[in-house]
Amino acid sequence: MDRRTFLKTTAGAGALMTTGSLFTPAIAQGASKTLRFVPQANLANFDPIWGTQYVVRNAAVLVWDTLYGFDEKLQPQRQMIESEETSSDGLTWTFKLRPGLKFHDGQPVLAKDCVASLTRWSARDPMGLMLKGIQQELTAVDDRTFKWVLKKPYPKMLLALAKNSTPMAFIMPERVAKTDPFKQIEEYVGSGPMKFVKGEWVPGAKAVFEKFADYKPRDEKASWLAGGKNMLIDRIEWVVMPDPATASAALQNGEVDWWENPISDLVPVLRKNRNVAVDIADPLGNIGTFRMNHLHPPFNDVRARRAVLMALDQEEYMRALVGDDNSLWKPLPGYFTPDTPLYNEDGGEILKGKRDIAGAKKLLAESGYTNQPVTCVVAQDQPITKGQGDVTAELLKRIGMNVDFVATDWGTTGQRRAQKSPPGQGGWAMFHSWHSGSDCINPAVYIAIRASGDGAWFGWPNVPDVEKEVTNWFDAKTLDEEKAAARRLNKAALDNVVFAPTGFFLTYQAWRKNVAGIVKGPLPFFWGVSKSA
Amino acid sequence: MFTYVVRRILATIPVMVVVALFVFSLLFIAPGDPAAVIAGDQATPQDVERIRQSLGLDRPFLVQFSDWAWRLLHFDLGRSIFTNLPVSTMIAQRIEPTLSLMVVTLLLSIAVAVPIGVLAAWKAGSWFDRAIMGFAVFGFSVPVFVVGYLLAYFFALQLEWLPVQGYTSISQGLWPWLENLILPSIALGCVYIALIARITRATMLEVLQQDYIRTARAKGLAQGPILFIHALKNASVPIVTVIGIGIALLIGGAVVTESVFAIPGLGRLTVDAILRRDYPVIQGVVLLFSFLYVLVNLAIDLLYTVIDPRIRY
Repeated sequence: MDRRTFLKTTAGAGALMTTGSLFTPAIAQGASKTLRFVPQANLANFDPIWGTQYVVRNAAVLVWDTLYGFDEKLQPQRQMIESEETSSDGLTWTFKLRPGLKFHDGQPVLAKDCVASLTRWSARDPMGLMLKGIQQELTAVDDRTFKWVLKKPYPKMLLALAKNSTPMAFIMPERVAKTDPFKQIEEYVGSGPMKFVKGEWVPGAKAVFEKFADYKPRDEKASWLAGGKNMLIDRIEWVVMPDPATASAALQNGEVDWWENPISDLVPVLRKNRNVAVDIADPLGNIGTFRMNHLHPPFNDVRARRAVLMALDQEEYMRALVGDDNSLWKPLPGYFTPDTPLYNEDGGEILKGKRDIAGAKKLLAESGYTNQPVTCVVAQDQPITKGQGDVTAELLKRIGMNVDFVATDWGTTGQRRAQKSPPGQGGWAMFHSWHSGSDCINPAVYIAIRASGDGAWFGWPNVPDVEKEVTNWFDAKTLDEEKAAARRLNKAALDNVVFAPTGFFLTYQAWRKNVAGIVKGPLPFFWGVSKSA
Repeated sequence: MFTYVVRRILATIPVMVVVALFVFSLLFIAPGDPAAVIAGDQATPQDVERIRQSLGLDRPFLVQFSDWAWRLLHFDLGRSIFTNLPVSTMIAQRIEPTLSLMVVTLLLSIAVAVPIGVLAAWKAGSWFDRAIMGFAVFGFSVPVFVVGYLLAYFFALQLEWLPVQGYTSISQGLWPWLENLILPSIALGCVYIALIARITRATMLEVLQQDYIRTARAKGLAQGPILFIHALKNASVPIVTVIGIGIALLIGGAVVTESVFAIPGLGRLTVDAILRRDYPVIQGVVLLFSFLYVLVNLAIDLLYTVIDPRIRY
């Protein structure tokens, strides 16, 4: 008898004596059919249109299906759709659903559900908003067919419906999808491979998904969000663990099976455990960034923004994020995700080679910088923003800027970055963030690169040349045309410093070796994952 | 006595009103925006503003406060901004783990601290006394999370005796319930044991100098009954007072302990709500904790009359 058994036995015996019926065995967990997963964050809400955090999207792909899905080659593939047709003028799209699709409440998936879902989605999604802007009508033709009539052609239609950036175009029952897109849904009924067990949801602690017996996977092999989503696990428990050390210990101890985002500091410990496997989570990685406020001095002058880029050393940023592991990062003298079709380095010379501190100081002086405080907002509760913020503070000091370092949390950063007032009056001069690489593969999903002034992302860059090339990319008919537009876009964005890229970095995922079928991707894919006892 | 209890319960009403006003005002002026957190990183400023409007967060302070206070008068704590679940439901989901942690910690602490405090006083100046006081300094000085990590490392990872994290409801059996609480209770109890042990020792030292103790010894009474029946009973009032005050320590410590051991309790709910600016949840939990604290203090006051018959209300 080992000591743990001894402890259990004695405590159990004591309990029997004192409480009798209270001592019952723990509920069997169905070891090989239940997968315990530690997500990147707390699943605090579960409406993937209303709340667009990645963690919500990652859970939502289990419950709600999409009409199309991205495969690992970043190509849109049919998912709920059986066939589609485009009119010769490119203005009418007709979609036909696969037969036999059902929602978790047993009701069939109908065209009217798709119409209502796409209507709600298009009120919140940047590509959806574009579609809405050129929409003539979106109507159900029959139970399985609906058509989308546009005022002008939209060649990126399938991309919009397949993309995995948030919010994704999930299909919900009509009654649910009719909810105001700025209000939360209250019913979590989808047609995806898993059902959400609302009764077991403890926000901040646990979310449970159970296999949907009536799900009809496609026949093709699964590839990211496309193909047959065959579930080999009956039940998935998301166990929220805010503390990485606890998650690491729980994985080593076999209390959880899969950890989505172990921090790099703990990876060596995990690698030493013979029961744990560690690998790159997402080959598309992440892009570190900080944004400068284009509305107020000093960064309303492009020379001040370029001065910062001239001195910026991406290696310093990446070392702060991933340490000494060179396989985890690479310099990024551009804006698009490396190793994707639109990646280019046009205009990227400013980020290459030896850093020019003297030149940066000179350019900063020419911009008219008068030593006013530069309000640098840094969320301390996010390791990625904290690491970058510390490097930026040193960088700014190095080129002679007066840094007003605002150490805060992510919630406050979220509020403050929306302030357009001057930095001294509640506004800001720069804040740090990062983007998932899958959100930076093309201009359609890359909200951070847009430069339409007031309508642009925080920092409100106003660069007509950038917007012109975004339009050119949308209108492009071939990949070569798309690449040409992306090159011009990249150059215009870097010349005007829409924002500062601090480098490209990868993160890890870790799992118990009795779990098989885990693939690398922009989000955790549970189909095809199995677990042995 | 009955009048006293009623009077004390009524006195909690203005206390709770002040707490409510304070909490609401503090959250209103605190920086941060739940709408921005909800909208996510890809959202545009326009989206954030629309969400803020739909949540009613753009309304003036007095409108928001009166709305909240009116609902509170109807025992409605509102709904979480993020989960859309009633705050009362979220508290109900989380209260069992926190109460379990606090009760086990309390029992463990009293069971350990009082005897060692008594023995330290009895053997004042000895190596045992010094060791206990050394432990007390350690208990006060080392943060809960450090103790937690050390315990998890040795007892869960190395020895594999106990789980690292989580909570199992008592309805699933006593051992599964207790198994998850042993390490967190020890971690959380360290500072509490140190506090109670020190107070017990100090009070007992004073009581052991009293004439009636000398008389008891002169009568030939055994050391055990002298220490644990005659002396401890008279030393109990300050010990019970410290135990009551220490409940606040437990509440604060539970926040950290629940995070370290991934226990889905009220402490983690509070931290999560603060980080996301989930105002209704923060307000609900703080009100609950304040109410519990007031009740505990009332219970301690009433306990005095049981321990010391000379005390009358």
